[in-house]
Amino acid sequence: MWMFDGLSDRLSGIFDGLKKRGALKEADVVSALREIRVALLEADVALPVVKEFIDGVRERAVGEEVIRSVTPGQMVVKIVHDHLIGMLGGDASKDQSAPQLPMDDSGLNLAGVSPVSILMVGLQGSGKTTTTAKIAKRLSGRDKKKVLMASLDVYRPAAQQQLVVLGQQTGVTVLSPIMGEKPVGIAKRAMQTGRQEGYDVVLLDTAGRLHIDFELMSEVAAIRDVAKPTETLLVTDAMTGQDSVNIAREFNEKIGITGIVLTRVDGDARGGAALSMRSVTGCPIKLMGTGENLDALDVFDAARVAGSILGMGDVVGLVEKARDVIDEQEAEKLAKRAMKGLFTLEDMAAQLKQLRKIDDIGGLMGMIPGMSKMKKQMSQVNVDDKGIAHQEAIILSMTQKERRLPKLINGSRRKRIAAGSGTSVQEVNRLLKQFKQMSVMMKKMGKGGGLKGLMGGGMPPGMMPGR
Amino acid sequence: MSWFDRLKAGLGRSTERLSNGITDLFHNRKLDQDTLDELEELLIMADMGVATASRLSKALAKNRFDQDITPQEVRAALAGEIATILEPAAKSLEINPAHKPYIVLVCGVNGSGKTTTIGKMAKQFRDQGRSVMLAAGDTFRAAAIEQLQVWGERAGCTVVAREQGGDAASLSFEAVQRAKAENIDVLMIDTAGRLQNKANLMEELMKVVRVIAKQDDTAPHAVMLVIDATVGQNAHNQVEVFKRMVSVTGLVLTKLDGTAKGGVVVGLAEKFQLPVYAVGVGETIDDLHPFDAKTFANNLMGID
Repeated sequence: MWMFDGLSDRLSGIFDGLKKRGALKEADVVSALREIRVALLEADVALPVVKEFIDGVRERAVGEEVIRSVTPGQMVVKIVHDHLIGMLGGDASKDQSAPQLPMDDSGLNLAGVSPVSILMVGLQGSGKTTTTAKIAKRLSGRDKKKVLMASLDVYRPAAQQQLVVLGQQTGVTVLSPIMGEKPVGIAKRAMQTGRQEGYDVVLLDTAGRLHIDFELMSEVAAIRDVAKPTETLLVTDAMTGQDSVNIAREFNEKIGITGIVLTRVDGDARGGAALSMRSVTGCPIKLMGTGENLDALDVFDAARVAGSILGMGDVVGLVEKARDVIDEQEAEKLAKRAMKGLFTLEDMAAQLKQLRKIDDIGGLMGMIPGMSKMKKQMSQVNVDDKGIAHQEAIILSMTQKERRLPKLINGSRRKRIAAGSGTSVQEVNRLLKQFKQMSVMMKKMGKGGGLKGLMGGGMPPGMMPGR
Repeated sequence: MSWFDRLKAGLGRSTERLSNGITDLFHNRKLDQDTLDELEELLIMADMGVATASRLSKALAKNRFDQDITPQEVRAALAGEIATILEPAAKSLEINPAHKPYIVLVCGVNGSGKTTTIGKMAKQFRDQGRSVMLAAGDTFRAAAIEQLQVWGERAGCTVVAREQGGDAASLSFEAVQRAKAENIDVLMIDTAGRLQNKANLMEELMKVVRVIAKQDDTAPHAVMLVIDATVGQNAHNQVEVFKRMVSVTGLVLTKLDGTAKGGVVVGLAEKFQLPVYAVGVGETIDDLHPFDAKTFANNLMGID
C-alpha cells in the first residue's frame, strides 16, 4: 500500500475495524471527516475553505454508496478526490474549450483588438518574471503570436534587466527600459509600441507587491486602467500557506483577476493554496510552473494537484507520462529477460536509456507517492538526470564482454572504464554494486511477480520503493 | 514608521482575525472541548501547523479546563507559551573575528529573498565597521548577478562576480581567495534559489560547501536558510532537507510585513532548534531586524 501514503492511510486506519461490522455509523463518518480536515490543513488549504470542503464531502459521504461499499475507506477517498478535482477545476475546463483559442488549451483569453494585454501580478518572489517569459515563449512558439514583453518593475534591483535577459533566452522582444520611467508610463509605451509595431499580445510584468500596500495596489490598478488587459493573472507560489485566501481576495477585490498561475508545482509542497485561491476568487487556475526551464509551463492539471494535496501522488499522471516515453515492447522484453535471471549490464544500459527519455526525472519522482520518504535512498542511487547520464556513460565505456560478464571487471579495468567515461572508480564501483542489487531484486521479482505492472516492467527496480 | 510599528501593523491584520476570533470564542465562558477545537483552528490559521496548534491548545486545556477564562487570559497564556518556545531561537548572527574572512553561505528556495537579505545584512555588518565582500553565486537566474551588484553598491562592499551560467563552486572558491587576500572580515555567498527536492541542485550546493571547506576547513562558518513567511507547512521540508544537506546554522524569516505571520516558525523552532538570525520587514536596506521572541509572540496574539 505504499501508493497511498497520505489520506488513504489515515482513513484505512479508521475503516479497518469496519470490515467486520460491514456498516458505517455516523461516528465513523465524523472521525473520517476529522482526518480529511487534518490532511487538508497539513496541505496548507486555508481553514475556511477546508470547512466548506468538508461540508460538501459530508453530504456525499453519508450517502448509501459508502455504507454499502466493501471498502468504505477507499470509497471516501474517492469521494474526497472527486470533490477536490471538482472544486479545483470548475470553470477552467469550460474556458479551455473557449472558441477564441482553438489552438491553445491554456485557457488564456486573447480575444480583442490587437494588441491584447496580459497583466501579471503577485507578491514578491512568487515567480512573475519567470512566468511572464514562459507564457511569452508559449504564445510565440506554440501559438505563433507576435509577443512583446515589458517590465514595469522599477523597484527591485535589476528586475528590468532580468526580463531583458529572459527575452534573449526566449527570443521574445522586450520593450527597452528607459531609466526613470514610471510603471504607468511604461505600460502606456508598451501598448503604444504594441499597436504601432503590430504585436498580438503585450505581456506586462509588474513589481512584486503586498496586497495590503495601498500605494502599490493603486499603482497596479492604474496600470490596469491604461492597458485594459484581457487577462490579469495572479502568480502564486504553490508553497503558500494559510494567507493564500487573504492574498487572493485582496488582489481580486482591488485589481480584479481573471486567472491564477500556480508556480513551483515541481516542488514537494502539497499545494493547498491552489484550492484556497480558487475557492475565494472563483477564478480558474489556468497554468502551472513545473520547473526552472523556460518550457516548464503546463496547463493546470486538477488531478495532479488534487493528488498532491491529498498526499496521494499522481499515479495516473505518472503512468501516462511513463507510457509516453517508454517503448513498451522494449520494456516488456527487458522485464522478461530480467525475470529469467538474464539481466545484464547491457539491459541496464537499455533501461537507463529509456529512463533518460523522461526529460525531468526529478519531476517524475515528485509524482510518485511515497517518494518523499525515500529521498535518502534516491540520492544514494543518484536518480537524477545527470546521475543517469553518468551511469550510462560508464556502461558504454565497457567492452561488450565486460557488459555480459561483469565478473571480469577487475581493478585496472575499473580504472580504464572510469577514465573512458569521465567518472571516478568509486562511481564505477557504485554502478556495479547497484547492478548486482538490481539483478538480485529482479530475480526476486521474477519469483514473486509483484511490482512489474506499474510501468510494463520498464521501471528499474533500483527506483522501486521497499528495496 | 519604525520597524516595530511596521511589524505590528502587519501582524495586526492577521492578529485582528486571530484575536477577534478568540474574543468571540471566550466571552467568559467555560473552556470546553468545542472551544478548544476552535482555538486550535485559529492557531492553524496563523500557519502554526496542526501538530503545534494542537499542542498549544492542549497545554492551555491542561491548566484551565472547565474554568471560566477571559479572552485576555487566553491570549496572554498562549503568547507566553509561544514566547517560551521561541526564546531559544532569538539569536542574531554573531561574527566570530577569529575567522577571517567569516564566511556566510546563503541558501533557500526560489523567491524567498536571499539576495535582498544579503544586501540588508551586508549593510549592518558595514555599519559595525566590518569590511564585507559579496559573492554572486546565483549564476543561474537571469540578472541575479546585477541585482547583487546593486545591493553591493548600496551597502558599500565589493561584489565578486562572473558571467551568468558560470560554475557557482568555482566562483565561491575565487571569492574566498580574494577575501583572504584582501583581508576581508565577512564574506557572504549568494546562491541560486533551489527547491529542496531537486537532487542535482542540492548536490550542486553541497559542492559549493566542499569547495569553501577546502580553503578553510572551519568554513562555511554560518549557513543561512532564508524562508518566506508566506510559505506554509512546506517550510518544514525546506529546513529539514537544507539542514541535512548543507548543515544550516540559522534561519532568516522574510516578508513579515505582509499579512502572513510566519506562524510556521513556532513549529520550526520546536522541531529543529535553529536560531532565527533576523526577520525581513520590507524592501529597503534597513528593513532587517533581530528576531525578538516576546514581541513576535505578543504581536501574533494581539497583545500590545
